[in-house]
Amino acid sequence: MLGYVVRRLLLAIFVLWGVATVVFIIVRMVPADPALLIAGQTATPEQVASLRQQMGLDRPLTAQYVQYLGQAVTGDFGNSYTHNVPAVYLIGQVLPNTALLAVLACTLAIVVSIPLGVLAALQVNRIGDRLVTTVSLIIQALPGFWIGVVMLLVFSRSLKWLPSAGLVGAQSLILPTIVLALPFIAILTRLTRSGLIEVNGEGYINTARAKGLGELTVVFPHAIRNALIPIVTVIGLQFGTLLGGAVVTETVFSFPGIGKLLVSSIQLRDYNVLQASVLVIAATFVIVNLLVDLLYAYIDPRVRLSK
Amino acid sequence: MSADQAVITIAPSHARRLRATVSARILVPLVVIGILGIGAIVVPVLYNYDPLHADLLVRLKPPGTAMPDGSIAIFGTDKVGSDLFAEMMAGTRVSLIVGASTLLIAGIVGGILGLLAGYFGGWLDTALMRIADIQLAFPSILLAILLVSVLGQGILNVIIVLSISNWVIFARVIRSQVLGLKSLEYVEAARTLGASHFHIIFRTLLPGCIAPMLVIASVEFGYVVLAEAALSFLGVGAPFGTPSLGSTISTGTQYLASAWWISTIPGLLLLVLVLATGVLGDALRDRFDPRLRSA
Repeated sequence: MLGYVVRRLLLAIFVLWGVATVVFIIVRMVPADPALLIAGQTATPEQVASLRQQMGLDRPLTAQYVQYLGQAVTGDFGNSYTHNVPAVYLIGQVLPNTALLAVLACTLAIVVSIPLGVLAALQVNRIGDRLVTTVSLIIQALPGFWIGVVMLLVFSRSLKWLPSAGLVGAQSLILPTIVLALPFIAILTRLTRSGLIEVNGEGYINTARAKGLGELTVVFPHAIRNALIPIVTVIGLQFGTLLGGAVVTETVFSFPGIGKLLVSSIQLRDYNVLQASVLVIAATFVIVNLLVDLLYAYIDPRVRLSK
Repeated sequence: MSADQAVITIAPSHARRLRATVSARILVPLVVIGILGIGAIVVPVLYNYDPLHADLLVRLKPPGTAMPDGSIAIFGTDKVGSDLFAEMMAGTRVSLIVGASTLLIAGIVGGILGLLAGYFGGWLDTALMRIADIQLAFPSILLAILLVSVLGQGILNVIIVLSISNWVIFARVIRSQVLGLKSLEYVEAARTLGASHFHIIFRTLLPGCIAPMLVIASVEFGYVVLAEAALSFLGVGAPFGTPSLGSTISTGTQYLASAWWISTIPGLLLLVLVLATGVLGDALRDRFDPRLRSA
């Protein structure tokens, strides 16, 4: 197990380094000169030049890269061009909101989809199954930003049940959580269904049935355990999609989270904030996947023994 | 339980019915996509649609309004008085162009890299798979947003960016396909007969990779279309003057109180398009490549 943990940890560190490098390269490709952007249109060439020096932009790219990596490790991404506070500070303010949203969406998805998947698997190809599979297919094709807009239209404009934007109390979390959870619900439902159907013919399930256990008792302690193994992986993998979805969802609902910060930093060309928020999102994703992989190895001994 | 197991255990008439369902699942979405494709070409021309033309007298008219020129705006008009139906079909054209070009580029690049990595193995394979690992650490929409913010808006840039975030899946699947094919007798035979690497890769292995490539392309198509719409919705996709379903929905959000149709109807169209390609992808997978079958 220890060997597996070390290998997995090294891979995660490598991936984080790779992500940081890619972000460095992409941000340096920007045609506009960040010094010029900060100094503004009215600055004299001398002012711009001194700002460039101050920001280290006049140094060779390799030196900038080394400095950047050092800063990234210590969590120092420079100041926001527009707010003149450290980029990390801005992120620290909104990150808990996004984390809350992601955890709520994940929980909602798990709570809704596992019973639905079980229901579908219990009556394969009958009406309940058809209904669940069709609905989850439709949900998967829903554009997240569009369903967000429609929900705003229905629940806050027309019915006036829920607030339309921002984060003003727990009610503001309802719509974004649902929108963020929807694609997740679709995937998990399909996966639970197919996982249960797959273990259906196994010997231990037949044994459980032969003992005279009811269908629900067969599913709940027996079948679900093995069916859940792939679900754990997919929850980890989909967490990235969830974070990506947060970018769009937060924009629709003007929800003060890291996704909205990211989009506004693009509009304001605030590259330090952009860089920092991309790195934070990617790092979160890598860490969550690492944890999921370790959990997976713990649940299923075959994983840690095979490599 | 997979369909092929079912075919073995149940009566032949059931098997035939099963195959018939699969065919219907291929045919129906193809017809839907075909109609949308023809509509995307014909409708904007029929309506003389011009994204830069404004007719403020007829702006924000609800669906079914009779226009001054005698036509009827079945889906209403937008904030500058353009016919929403024509605008949506022009947006569909962008969706289809972006989807098709992205998959073509990502498929060719990812396919070739996957073939080479799977065939030669060694450092090339390792390097490629590590790059894939790094890229998969990015939520793909995030990578796309970051790249577009650097490259600037524009349909071509959207295609480039989405190709970059999609080649990995082609490379991975083709690589594993090649790893499986490599040790089969017919490939061994070609090698024994003295075929060059080039011949083995492109004449012997490639044909066995076409089916999984088509399957991935159809599964991914919907995601690419959604990604383009999301980028345009966020204001980093299609530039001003190029109608895209995403940007139409985005403009509509400013008029939710007065003109609900601008955001909602294009979204339904997007849903139909993505759903059709999704069903097609699933059906193609069941038909041609049961091993890739998803949940």
